[in-house]
Amino acid sequence: MAAEKKKLRVATASLAGCFGCHMSLLDIDERIVALLELVELDRSPLTDLKHVRPCDLGIIEGGLCNAENVHVLQAFRKNCKVLVALGACAVNGGLPAQRNHLDIRDCLQTVYLTGHGVRRGFIPNDPELPLPLDKVHPLHDVVRIDYFLPGCPPPADAIWQFLTDLIAGRTPQLGHGLIHYD
Amino acid sequence: MPRDLSGILARHRNDPTRLVQILRDVMEADGWISPPAITALADALGLPRARVEGVAGFYAFFATEPRGRYRVLFSDNITDEMAGSAELRQRLLDAFHVRLGEVSRDGLVSIDVTSCTGLCDQGPALLVNGRAIARLTHARIGAIAAMIRGGAPLSEWPDNLFEVHEHVEREDVVLATPFAPGEALDAAIARGPEATLGEVERSLLRGRGGAGFPTGQKWRLCRAAPGRERYVVCNADEGEPGTFKDRLLLARHADLVLEGMTVAAFAVGAPKGFVYLRAEYPFLVPGLEAALARRRHEGLLGVRIRGVEGFDFDIELHVGAGAYVCGEESALLESLEGERGIPRNRPPYPVTHGYLQKPTVVNNVETLAKAALVARHGADWLRARGTARSTGTKLLSVSGDVARPGIYEYPFGVAVKQVLEDAGARRVQAVQVGGPSGTLLAHNELERRIAFEDVPCAGAFMVFDESRDMIDVLHNFARFFAHESCGFCTPCRVGTTLERQMLARVACGKGTRKDVKDLGHVARLMKAASHCGLGMTAGNALLDAFAKFKPSFDRRLASLDVLPVFDLDESLAEAREVTGRDDVDAHFPEEP
Repeated sequence: MAAEKKKLRVATASLAGCFGCHMSLLDIDERIVALLELVELDRSPLTDLKHVRPCDLGIIEGGLCNAENVHVLQAFRKNCKVLVALGACAVNGGLPAQRNHLDIRDCLQTVYLTGHGVRRGFIPNDPELPLPLDKVHPLHDVVRIDYFLPGCPPPADAIWQFLTDLIAGRTPQLGHGLIHYD
Repeated sequence: MPRDLSGILARHRNDPTRLVQILRDVMEADGWISPPAITALADALGLPRARVEGVAGFYAFFATEPRGRYRVLFSDNITDEMAGSAELRQRLLDAFHVRLGEVSRDGLVSIDVTSCTGLCDQGPALLVNGRAIARLTHARIGAIAAMIRGGAPLSEWPDNLFEVHEHVEREDVVLATPFAPGEALDAAIARGPEATLGEVERSLLRGRGGAGFPTGQKWRLCRAAPGRERYVVCNADEGEPGTFKDRLLLARHADLVLEGMTVAAFAVGAPKGFVYLRAEYPFLVPGLEAALARRRHEGLLGVRIRGVEGFDFDIELHVGAGAYVCGEESALLESLEGERGIPRNRPPYPVTHGYLQKPTVVNNVETLAKAALVARHGADWLRARGTARSTGTKLLSVSGDVARPGIYEYPFGVAVKQVLEDAGARRVQAVQVGGPSGTLLAHNELERRIAFEDVPCAGAFMVFDESRDMIDVLHNFARFFAHESCGFCTPCRVGTTLERQMLARVACGKGTRKDVKDLGHVARLMKAASHCGLGMTAGNALLDAFAKFKPSFDRRLASLDVLPVFDLDESLAEAREVTGRDDVDAHFPEEP
């Protein structure tokens, strides 16, 4: 008897990224219909669910620039069997990590107090706001990451190939032209 | 405006191939190499400014930012560390209220670390404005601090501070056979170039710098290369941490080494040679210059040597500027040509395309000393000692946890155990043979023998007793390679830094099993993919340690899973301060 194949539960999040990797995911175009036959989305910008529940697969775009990013990442690691770092920022810190040679204190003071055209400024201190980390970090600096998919963004075909491999239970193999570092 | 550099430039004949020597003189005169000085040199030498700046930025002993009037560099070899250098360094830092790598506010002093200075048998050691001070104690550090504070020029510091002792603990045929300058040369001339070359080939002499390439074959290839302009280079860039045997040979047996070069020149037909001396050995310069002058005076260098028509040969002394990678022969040649010390693509090899792309023999100091003795006493004399494929003797620089550190000369084939016994080592945990790029032996391998057939050794022999933690040793080696990687190829440039970071985590008890896995992965990757021997060997000790000292790693791990590589809560500290927040969400909860 052929039991109905259980759909894979997938969660995604964009941390210190630009949503470009999620856009690249959407660039798989009509294949998204086939994908939705195979997966069920949990927390994701596409579903607007706010909390991640136990999942088979977590996909994270962007690195870690503030405390909330770290909490989300840790929640994903706790709930996802497999965690994927998607795109340059998740893999290496990427563009946001350009601030790593600046002092965070100077940054905040310049932007909110002393910068050009700032009058009566103050540094936001509402407890609702996540505090920035002193440096931007890639995901694997904080939790174990199972797969890294580089690119800025990774091409839609690479994401498709990667996901279909993973869903089918094959070790993902990205052939020529699918791995980009730019 | 920079000082007038014309004196320095004139001394070096405005020759751009002498750029490293020129920059050394600028450092000596100004204490650093300023942007205007770089511009002036580029103009005068007809070089692009970026070339001059690139060379100035490459070498550890060149500063492109102002340093203190007294530049203190503590040797950071593991043997210095074991002899207590960290505490002494801290004392000097405290004396001037300065942090490591910084210049004191009054510009008086800067204090930093440097790679092994080759004084491992009398550490801890430091360099002040390039001059070596060994056998550091609290009393010596106190005296140094007082003299710096008083602003006394180095020439007024007491001479005994700069004394370097040579400890010869065991002599064999090379160190014990008396040698009169000229006798090897006379024997070579009597035999003729071809037969001299044949004799060296028949002796089965192999390079003593590490790779063990047959010396006779190297000379033969150079002699056969087309063209009349050939060079003989003595590699005295003894940079492998824990090695100091060339220091002894150059200090006490300079004639033997220089005569070996002259014999090589006779055999291959080279009119010119260089000694490339590491910058850490400036105390050897006066003796070498004097030996060269004397040999010229005695007709052992110059034109028509020993009256032989057409046998012209002279030697020039070049001093490096603090780059381990320049011990690699093609990087050394780049440095000799006034370039950054980046290893060349090989082939072509230096024997056909060496200095200025001309056929060049590059031999280690010890190799040349032995070549002179082969010329004098014949191939059979060398072959009478050693093993079938490792003829003759080997000079070992023994340091670390032994009662009698120093130079030991043994016939090849000596058991590691024998060396340990002679040097007075007790409760041995491990021996690092051949330096950080060599072989790490555990206590159950001490029957193994020093020879190309078993454990090859370029000269370093560092002993660690049971009180040492091998992770600290490996962490020291990782710092060394990360500092010395020339940055040319990615596997080595990135790999050595990753190794250093991961070992630092493991060493301070914050490592995880993932770090250990990644350490092995990166070490193997560097071995397979690096451009030169530096990267290829940078992971050797680590891979050996994985096999032989696994529990040392395991007991240091904080977790078998992944932990954050930085302190999460600490990373919010600055933002907390600047926003004035201290609420629950301004902190990360303690890990359960």
